[in-house]
Amino acid sequence: MEHIPIIKMGEFLLVSIQVDLHDRMAMALQDDLMEQIVKKRARGVLIDISSLQIVDSFIGRVIGEIAAMSRILDAETVIVGMQPAVAVTMVELGMTLPGVRTALNVDKGMELLRTSMKRLEG
Amino acid sequence: MAKTKSKIPAVIGKYEKEILEEWLNTQLKSDNLRPDLLKESELRHQSGEFLALLKNALQKDNLTDIELAEWEPMRSFLIDITDQRIARGFTPSETATFVFSFKQPLFTRLKKEAGDNAQVLADEIWTATVLLDKLGLYTTEVFQKKREEVITRQQDDMMELSTPVVKLWDGILALPLIGTLDSARTQVVMESLLNKILETGAGFAIIDITGVPVVDTLVAQHLLKTVSAARLMGADCIISGVRPQIAQTIVHLGVSLADVATKANMAEAFQQALALSDYKVVRPRE
Repeated sequence: MEHIPIIKMGEFLLVSIQVDLHDRMAMALQDDLMEQIVKKRARGVLIDISSLQIVDSFIGRVIGEIAAMSRILDAETVIVGMQPAVAVTMVELGMTLPGVRTALNVDKGMELLRTSMKRLEG
Repeated sequence: MAKTKSKIPAVIGKYEKEILEEWLNTQLKSDNLRPDLLKESELRHQSGEFLALLKNALQKDNLTDIELAEWEPMRSFLIDITDQRIARGFTPSETATFVFSFKQPLFTRLKKEAGDNAQVLADEIWTATVLLDKLGLYTTEVFQKKREEVITRQQDDMMELSTPVVKLWDGILALPLIGTLDSARTQVVMESLLNKILETGAGFAIIDITGVPVVDTLVAQHLLKTVSAARLMGADCIISGVRPQIAQTIVHLGVSLADVATKANMAEAFQQALALSDYKVVRPRE
C-alpha cells in the first residue's frame, strides 16, 4: 500500500495529500505521523489538503483525531488549503473540526505555527 | 370516410385582395386598434404578410396541425410580431385579436362561396375557427414564454446582485447581505464567499447583516454554517450590523453565536480585522 510522504521542515512536519485518501491510507497516515512526530521531535504539523476534492465523514474524523493526538504529543496541527466545496461538505456533515487550526495556504500555516511557537517560548 | 377537401385555401386564393382590404378596415375600426403603438402602414404590411404566409401554408391542405413544417414560416412570423408588440406595450389579448379578427372577412367570403349549403358552411367555418384559434393562441403562448424568460433573467440578476463580495483591504473581505436569507441564497452566498477567499487569500471576512430584516433560527444556522466553512478554509469571520432587536431574537431563540465574533457595525468589524492583521490606522499629522 502506498504511503503519504511526511517531510521534515525545521521543527515542523509537512504532509501534502495529493491523492484521494481512502480509509486504510488515512489510518496509515495517522500511524506514520505519530511515529514521526516523536522521532523527529516535531513541534508542529502542516497538513496540506488543497488537492483533496472529496472528504467523507471518516476522513474528516481522522483529520480531527490527528490534530487531537498531535496535541498530546506537543505538536500543533494546522490544516491548510481546504477547498470551498470540501469546506461546505464538512459543515453539512456537522464536522466543524473544533480545536483544529486552519490556514489558507502553506505559507500562512507556517506563519501561524511560528507565531504560536514564539508565544509559547516567551 | 374520405374527408372532403376544404374550400378555405381556394377561397383565400380567390378573394385575397378583398379579404385583406376588409380585414384591414375591420382592424382599423376596432376598439383594439392602437394607433399610438402601431402605424397603419405597419399594420397593413403585417396583415399582408400574414395572409401571404397563410396562403402558402394552406397549399399543403393541412388545416389542423400548425406544428408541422409547412407552418414554420407562419410560426416565426407570429413570434416576430409578438416580439415587436411586447416591446411596444401591447397586451396579449390585443396581439391575439390581430389573428382572431381575420375570422370575420374570411367567414363572409366562405358564406358567399357556400351559398345555401348550410352543412358545408358550418364545416368550413368550424375548420377555419379551429385553425385561427390555434394561431391566435400561439401568439399568447409566445407572449407567456417571453415573459417567463424575462422573469428567469431577473431572478438570476437578483441572485448575482444580492451577493457581492467586496475586498476592503489586503486580506479583508466584506459581504454585505441584503434581504431575506433562505437556503438557496445562503448556498450562493457561501459559495461566492468561499471562492473569493480562495481567490484572494483573504484571512478575514466581514459578514454584514444590517440589511437582513429578520433573523430566525434557520437564518442563524445558515450564518453559522458559512462562518464554519470559512474557518475550515483558514479565514476568520466577523458578523457585523447586528441590530438590537436581532440580538434579542437570537438570544430568545437560544441560538449560540458564542464562537463567532460579532460587532455592532461594519466600521468596528473592519477595525478589528485591521488590528488582527497587524495594521494600524494613524492620522499623518499627529
